Amino acid sequence: MPTLVEEPVVTKLPDLSNEEIARYSRHLLLPEVGMEGQKKLKAAKVLCVGTGGLGSPLALYLAAAGVGTIGLVDFDVVDSSNLQRQIIHSTADIGRPKIDSAEEKLKGLNPFINIVKFDTMLTSANALEIIGQFDVIADGTDNFQTRYLVNDACVLTGKPNAYGSIFRFEGQASVFATKDGPCYRCLYPEPPPPGLVPSCAEGGVLGILPGLVGVIQATEAIKLILGVGEPLIGRLLLVDALNMNFRQLKLHKNPDCPVCGANPTVTALIDYDQFCGITPPAPVPVAPVQEINGIPQISVTDFKRRLDEGENIFLLDVREPHEFQIASIGGHLIPLRDLPARVNELDKNREIVVHCKMGGRSQKAAELLKQAGFTKIQNLAGGIQAWSEQIDPKVPKY
Amino acid sequence: MKIHIPTPLRVYTGKQDTVVVTAATVGEALSRLTTQHPELQKHLYTEDGKLRSFVNVYLNDEDVRYLPEKDTTAVTEADVLSIIPSIAGGGAAQREETNANLS
Repeated sequence: MPTLVEEPVVTKLPDLSNEEIARYSRHLLLPEVGMEGQKKLKAAKVLCVGTGGLGSPLALYLAAAGVGTIGLVDFDVVDSSNLQRQIIHSTADIGRPKIDSAEEKLKGLNPFINIVKFDTMLTSANALEIIGQFDVIADGTDNFQTRYLVNDACVLTGKPNAYGSIFRFEGQASVFATKDGPCYRCLYPEPPPPGLVPSCAEGGVLGILPGLVGVIQATEAIKLILGVGEPLIGRLLLVDALNMNFRQLKLHKNPDCPVCGANPTVTALIDYDQFCGITPPAPVPVAPVQEINGIPQISVTDFKRRLDEGENIFLLDVREPHEFQIASIGGHLIPLRDLPARVNELDKNREIVVHCKMGGRSQKAAELLKQAGFTKIQNLAGGIQAWSEQIDPKVPKY
Repeated sequence: MKIHIPTPLRVYTGKQDTVVVTAATVGEALSRLTTQHPELQKHLYTEDGKLRSFVNVYLNDEDVRYLPEKDTTAVTEADVLSIIPSIAGGGAAQREETNANLS
């Protein structure tokens, strides 16, 4: 098949030094790569959106393969909970910006490549400019807003998107936004409303799974650059790590697709937070939030003080049982989803503080209890995580 | 016929990854599924009964939306239906609970 990556018409492919020839010899011996293919890789520019679970193996293999320019977009810093799967980062990197940690590993692996760092969140304001500088985009982000943003920006700039996505033990991979192939919106015209699909914070992910899926994305990126094999265009590869099963489904280009169809209605980037029904993070409030949707918020320090003063407060924990096993601060466990059926276990006359991991699910639980006629309900702001950070570091963070 | 249930929806099928139903068409199979597991209804369908746009249903490897007879397509015991919802995870930060917190 012809290469999908537009080659500069006049620019000649870069030469390989003797060191590079030695380094890439196992590629050069493959007729499908050879000298010309390796030079194409050297000339190619691939953007990794996210240097997390998917981005880690993806960027490492692209670097090892000799992709000449690798762009990294991330604004996050390395956290210890990343290291279970984000293998580009090390224990010593905790607290460092991910793009700095990633750059160091990639340059250490292959000093012959260029790394372009974007220490930012990809947004509607910068996506076209950043994506426009690359030949292939590899989407390794972790939320629907950025998924749709990357898709639309790839369609608008004509850049193929080596897509991968994971949840618990399952992954999806495809190549979107090629000239005649479908895009992500052809597959899923709209995102789920927030809260309808269980979130990753509740779900977790097998650490090896992003390795499997990220390496598939890297393979597709390399194939697009070389113009060899059959890319995953018009096919959705499903990876089931638990049963170790790979299946593929047919994808169709939707002629009515709002972004890549015959008569597109999306011709510029939009507000993706709004599209996904998500309130963008508010600026850090000067004073702590007193109340959300009629539910008073109590800080962990205030809660601790009131407990120390001997107040008789009932603590309700609405996390999942497996989270309770990891860490507990002595709350009565009723998972959020069981709460409607178990409301009668609670005493309406007692003061109740509800907590979860970070304060999101407990807010929902508190609202539910308020609707059920409870009046003395407060939400523990920041949840067990804030308790661990501000009150008792012996309570593990997860 | 077998209906594959994806991980995010297994909480509504008593953790089963496969549900077996007897049905003559795709539509009938899905309606048997939601009768057996009523909690799935609101996750698969909008209030006016349309399949949600972030959920795709495949008959074997083909998207039901692209079958000529769509959900009236005849099925046999040997066919497999798969529900494929959109997932967004990248194994990076766990921001979704924060979103829930703010919404």
